[in-house]
Amino acid sequence: MNRTLGGAARAACAVMALSAAGAFAQQRSAVEEIERYRQALGDGNPAELWEARGEGIWKKAAGPKNASLEKCDLGLGPGVVKGAYAQLPRYFADVDKVMDLETRLVHCRVTLQGISPEEAKKSPFGGPGRKTDNDALVAFITAESRGIAMAVPMSHPKEVEAFEVGKKIFFHRGGPYDFACSTCHAVDNVRIRLQDLPNLTKQADAQKAYTAWPAYRVSQGEVRTFQWRLEDCFRQQRFPHLDFTSDASIALTMFLARNANGAPFNAPSIKR
Amino acid sequence: MADPMKIRATMAGDKVEVKVLMSHEMETGQRKDSKGAAIPAHFIQNVTATHNGKVVLSAEWGPAVSKNPFLSFKFAGGKPGDKVSITWTDNKGEKRTDEATVS
Repeated sequence: MNRTLGGAARAACAVMALSAAGAFAQQRSAVEEIERYRQALGDGNPAELWEARGEGIWKKAAGPKNASLEKCDLGLGPGVVKGAYAQLPRYFADVDKVMDLETRLVHCRVTLQGISPEEAKKSPFGGPGRKTDNDALVAFITAESRGIAMAVPMSHPKEVEAFEVGKKIFFHRGGPYDFACSTCHAVDNVRIRLQDLPNLTKQADAQKAYTAWPAYRVSQGEVRTFQWRLEDCFRQQRFPHLDFTSDASIALTMFLARNANGAPFNAPSIKR
Repeated sequence: MADPMKIRATMAGDKVEVKVLMSHEMETGQRKDSKGAAIPAHFIQNVTATHNGKVVLSAEWGPAVSKNPFLSFKFAGGKPGDKVSITWTDNKGEKRTDEATVS
């Protein structure tokens, strides 16, 4: 009797081991399938529609001062768009502050076009039936850095400070889930459902992740910017709301962007 | 006014390969908003492609096509410098036509 049970248990164990291996193989092939799906979509990335719209907004006179954004200095001199995003965030002497792209765009709209800061920061992200200038401008400007190697500067003390603050936020545990960015993004081979999560403490992963934002989200039908990405990460962690263009958001962007240095920028991309 | 389409028309061997991105909500009519009211259907119904004025593709679309649709097709008989024009009409009667030159 005992012997029979033992045999059955052993057999059951063997079956379990087999199915675990099968499930793992299935996971990997699903990840590969998603990769193939992305490649298939890449050819017709609707982000190009945002890029075209953004270029129009960049050149169009608007606001109380009836000026375009063409004189906006994104770090490489007034009006230089090509390659600018690959060197952001950075220190801007005119405001004595480190700024990322979206913060700088708010600054330019306020200073050049005379729009109020509240207006320039109001609902920056698109939703169903609502397109935003921020999304389009970011798509246009980032596309102008495609293929250019990331070279985020760290020569000014404020740039170093932003990087260090960003690093602290990345590892800071808090909120009702006692979560940190690093809970998911400082470990290898973890997933949310079928999405691989990059280990952002490793250079290769950090480069691959950062250089793929902004992205057209197929499931949302919108181009999502890096400020949106961070805001949504905070929401997923049940952290307090991350304010658009806040110092915390710039610092975290600085930390992540700097870690991607050296890799060619490759966005707007397309994601599930 | 709908946003412009993005059209690329290039020679692929002896055929012209056309790739079109259209900006459209493509609302199915099946979804509900946050208040529970149905969101009215709004989608592209007809797509026509012409090559130097002659129709080379005519399609009837429905609500199953994705938001911001991508269309790719090839046709014979074109050469660099030719004009390819795409027109869509949606169920609300809205219309958009854009043109590209074969390269």
